[in-house]
Amino acid sequence: MTAPAAPAAWSAGGTDVRRALRAALPALSLALVVAAIAWLNPRAISYFGFTLMLNLAIPIALATMAQMFVIAGNDLDLSIGPFVGFVCCVSATWLRDEPWLGALTLVGCIAIYAALGALIYWRNLPSIVVTLGMSFVWQGLAILLLPKPGGKAPVWLQAAMGVKPPFAPFPILAAALIAAVGWYGLMRTSYGAILRGAGGNALAIRRAGWSLLNAKASLFALAGLFGVLSGMALVGITTSADANIGNGYTLLSIAGVILGGGEFVGGKVSPIGAVLGALTMAMAASPLLTFMRIPPDWQVAANGAILIIVLAARVLISRSEAQP
Amino acid sequence: MSAANAILGRPWIWSFLGAGVVWLAAIAFTGGYGGGGMLTAALSLAVFMVVVGVGQMFVITLGPGNVDLSLPANIGLASAVAMKTMAGDDRLVVLGLAAALLSGLAVGVANYLLIWALRIPPIIATMSASFIIQSVDISYGRGLQIKPPPGFADFANIQLLGIPLLAILTALFAWGAHVALHRTVWGRSVTAIGQNIHAARLAGIKVEPARFATYALCGMLGGLNGALLAGYFRGANVDIGNEYLLASIAVVVIGGTSVSGGKANLPGVWGAALFLVLLLTMLNTFGVSAGVRLVATGLIIVAVITAAGGEREAR
Repeated sequence: MTAPAAPAAWSAGGTDVRRALRAALPALSLALVVAAIAWLNPRAISYFGFTLMLNLAIPIALATMAQMFVIAGNDLDLSIGPFVGFVCCVSATWLRDEPWLGALTLVGCIAIYAALGALIYWRNLPSIVVTLGMSFVWQGLAILLLPKPGGKAPVWLQAAMGVKPPFAPFPILAAALIAAVGWYGLMRTSYGAILRGAGGNALAIRRAGWSLLNAKASLFALAGLFGVLSGMALVGITTSADANIGNGYTLLSIAGVILGGGEFVGGKVSPIGAVLGALTMAMAASPLLTFMRIPPDWQVAANGAILIIVLAARVLISRSEAQP
Repeated sequence: MSAANAILGRPWIWSFLGAGVVWLAAIAFTGGYGGGGMLTAALSLAVFMVVVGVGQMFVITLGPGNVDLSLPANIGLASAVAMKTMAGDDRLVVLGLAAALLSGLAVGVANYLLIWALRIPPIIATMSASFIIQSVDISYGRGLQIKPPPGFADFANIQLLGIPLLAILTALFAWGAHVALHRTVWGRSVTAIGQNIHAARLAGIKVEPARFATYALCGMLGGLNGALLAGYFRGANVDIGNEYLLASIAVVVIGGTSVSGGKANLPGVWGAALFLVLLLTMLNTFGVSAGVRLVATGLIIVAVITAAGGEREAR
């Protein structure tokens, strides 16, 4: 009687190991990048080193969270980059000179995001096209507001981003906070489950009496909120703005979500994974490549190669998980 | 009545109507001046959008998640490859075009291998590939402003009775692609895969060869577009393809092809390309600033897609 049970238990154990491995993959890839940096330049692994290397990690992590909310609803936001750029421009001009007007504009931006989500649901539109159109709109507004690079971040914003807490570098603490907020909100609250369900099984959510319109609008509003935070964080670090400053964030944020274990369909996303993915992208982007002495021409290529390697590893693990 | 319904029921008619309205608005503003020239210019520029748009259309038709984000890098690299191979010599034009096609084909094959062998989602696979291609292009064409041979540049700018020769050739090509989509095994396989990949597989359709051919074709069209752009604008550079990332997706979707795959529309690609180019021309004739032009373009894209509506749930 016990003989047939043994292989089953063994295989269940194996599946658990693989599942755990898969869940740990975002952390593993980050650890791998950190280990590579430590090996290449041990002095970089210090309070000061991390503060420098993770300089831009906070805005990238926030933009990745924004993208994650949109992907959770089976949509894709191609406008998050230009949107972050627009928020930077607003923060470096209106928010500094006329705080009320600036704050009102930023709240209005979140409302526009919510309205877009509602529109996409109401007319059953392809989000790729709508956000593609919006990327032109945000870019255009940013150029109108700030035709030339310039402006100045509000002093309080610069101070907030320049905090030097004891023990752990600020970017790491901030990333942990972002991950914790996202994890609690999306994975531990009941409405978070509804939001994920809107991407996983919309029909079931509707039959259970929830409004899909509200769910979609909420997901997009959250994306807008985190986009605003990302832009503010970015301008707090760079201190001045430029209409094109955020353009790279669209692809960076999508890559971060997928690196972090998210899927394009089915409402499968992981806030903690997304933040880890964003940190990996931020670290792999320039510090690692500088230490590896990769010539500037090939740094972009190395970025692409890192992305391919990590994703290939993830796929190999998931495939062996699916087969037995 | 029924005839009118039959015409209005075709999704591509709206993009042509939109192009017409925008053109009339532009002429009304100039008081009828330059209407013909505007059309000629629009046709010349629409050609480039159609060439990559057709490739992107086949890829998008493969189903949800399929999209080629490596087109801009591909176009940039192919433009440099073509111009270097031609080396300013009219006798090497054919060789240069072949080199550009090969460069594009290599990109398409690499994309497919990433998607098929490593099972990476196409969006991320083509994006990662584009990073690598960009680096290759930067180090290959570094600092060189490479001019096309005079004969090739003239060829890319020839007009017959106000109609650019390239536009005529592209119209023929688009017709061929239309036939390929609806009448060949490959075209019908692509549509079937986009509708339901599992059903297609069970029905005995050779899914992987069809997907391979589609990504390879899209890559080659990107390569061809790079060579043509370098000829038309008389020089290759790294950024020459940048605007074709968004444009290639926009012309496909505005033209009535379904973003979730399985339903392609070729005439719509032409209509949407003309619409987008004429829209920019109109905003230029109004003399608005770059910022206003971008905002207007974006709002009009959102308005068009909202008016056209999404797909109905029931089929």
